[in-house]
Amino acid sequence: MARKPTTAAKTTVTLLAWGIGLLIFFPILWTVLMSFHSEGDAIKSPWDMLTSVWSFESYAEVQTRSNYALHFFNSVVISVGSTLLALAIAIPAAWAMAFVPGRRTKDLLMWMLSTKMMPAVGVLIPMYLGFKNMGLLDSRLGLVAVMTLINLPIVVWMLYTYFKEIPGEILEAARMDGASLRSEIIYVLTPMALPGIASTLLLNVILAWNEAFWTLQLTTHDAAPLTQFIASYSSPEGLFYAKLSAASTMAIAPILILGWFSQKQLVRGLTFGAVK
Amino acid sequence: MGHITLKSVRKTFGEADVIPAIDLTIQDGEFAVFVGPSGCGKSTLLRLIAGLEDVTAGDIQIDGVNATDLPAAKRGLAMVFQSYALYPHMSVRKNIAFPLKMAGMSAAEQEAKVQAAAKVLNLTAYLDRKPGQLSGGQRQRVAIGRAIVREPKAFLFDEPLSNLDAALRVAMRQEIIELHQHLKTTMIYVTHDQVEAMTMADKIFVLNAGRIEQAGSPLELYNHPANIFVAGFIGSPKMNLITGAEAEKLGATTIGVRPEHLDIVEAGGWSGVVGLAEHLGSDTYLKITTDQVGTITLRAGGEVHLRHGDAVRLAPRAGKVHRFGADGKAMA
Repeated sequence: MARKPTTAAKTTVTLLAWGIGLLIFFPILWTVLMSFHSEGDAIKSPWDMLTSVWSFESYAEVQTRSNYALHFFNSVVISVGSTLLALAIAIPAAWAMAFVPGRRTKDLLMWMLSTKMMPAVGVLIPMYLGFKNMGLLDSRLGLVAVMTLINLPIVVWMLYTYFKEIPGEILEAARMDGASLRSEIIYVLTPMALPGIASTLLLNVILAWNEAFWTLQLTTHDAAPLTQFIASYSSPEGLFYAKLSAASTMAIAPILILGWFSQKQLVRGLTFGAVK
Repeated sequence: MGHITLKSVRKTFGEADVIPAIDLTIQDGEFAVFVGPSGCGKSTLLRLIAGLEDVTAGDIQIDGVNATDLPAAKRGLAMVFQSYALYPHMSVRKNIAFPLKMAGMSAAEQEAKVQAAAKVLNLTAYLDRKPGQLSGGQRQRVAIGRAIVREPKAFLFDEPLSNLDAALRVAMRQEIIELHQHLKTTMIYVTHDQVEAMTMADKIFVLNAGRIEQAGSPLELYNHPANIFVAGFIGSPKMNLITGAEAEKLGATTIGVRPEHLDIVEAGGWSGVVGLAEHLGSDTYLKITTDQVGTITLRAGGEVHLRHGDAVRLAPRAGKVHRFGADGKAMA
């Protein structure tokens, strides 16, 4: 017999969920609150801030001090560019591993994942020198290449898991129905794999957008994405909380909105394989 | 046309010799059934004919043309899979039309053929649904529809009914038989269920460990099993296989008597005690522990009122005892 939760239990769980949700969201809420106040009010407690004067002065200040549009553009180029490049490499790779696995496919997958376990700072010096020698420091091209490489293992893994879920018999049925390899890919495989590719794309854009280690190390101004833009406001010069918050809010807003609209896809992408 | 010949076809997976070497011929229009226990190589054999697996050695001829190296798409065969293997993102209409689209047929022609197939298979009302919205039996019909529209040289069925419940299985079995009578196209059907094999086949191939134990019509196999394996596999309940003194009396190593060929007698024969009595109404199955030949199964009429613990005498019907030699083969 299925257990029927009591009203009290349901209320408790609901309150708990809201509580945890608020706790997780609180830093962002605080940042947004600070961004809409003067530097003087921004150091007050969040509760006091609600009753203080609201203002856009920090946003105006940030606009005059730095070039938001440039950093936003860089973020878009780096995250979208690296994601598309990673997909172009990972789709055929994951395809081959899922449908025509060799004896070493599993080892290869594990090795790819293991590179993600290495602390990034361990290769900072060779990477930095390499970039310097190739003249890629502070260039969008260089950043796209780095983002592609660091996210490629995750992209391959996600796509591999997704392709694995497509039953082989369906592809065989297409072959029996007279489909060439090309028709099989266009009419059968791609439509079935599309949701998986879409969630991988979304997640990777978010990962690349938020990546802060390499973007901070390898850019200064021209190719600097929004992470560098935020970091430039974290300096020891006087009261800077409100401006830092305004910059942060402007940096995270686009990705937060994207995440909000695509949350269904994202959750599906992150949990596939878990529930059949 | 759909004349299929296999010549010394062999298949190995790494070290495993799944099919050592098989020769067989399936005549045009024949309903051939590959039957055998799981792991006997029957599905592999079907996949070799389909072109979904490559042969290790030997030739496959379809209508006299060597098809050994032809890809699956070019062999002109249609297959119905155990899992149905429908395209989940396409409607029933598009699923059935897919092979026609691959053949480059015009949209109007496609629609006409889909409609005709849907009518035969009672799918007209479901053409715009997705496979996920259909029941198991309906999905199986869509899979069959997708196979029949392309008018293949032969149909290949890979255990198509094993995912259906018992009642539906019987109904679909009859539908496939009727379809064969109507289309008169060669069909090759793989199953582990000997009842399906007996009821559907023109010719049964009994497979064991990648070898054909015997090939023939259902009644040939039932009346004249070539060896102990076929004798035990064909027929339900299983044939009683008896070794020891009673077999030696008849000059054999093993003798076989089907449960339906044992009679309850007043005197003589073998004496025993009823262990288990299953009253089905139409028949009664008795498990009898005998003094002479161990525990054997007897099939009696529905009106037999024997119960657990009753003493009985039974004897095999004259001319219905199968004799097998030390090599397991039937003796003349």
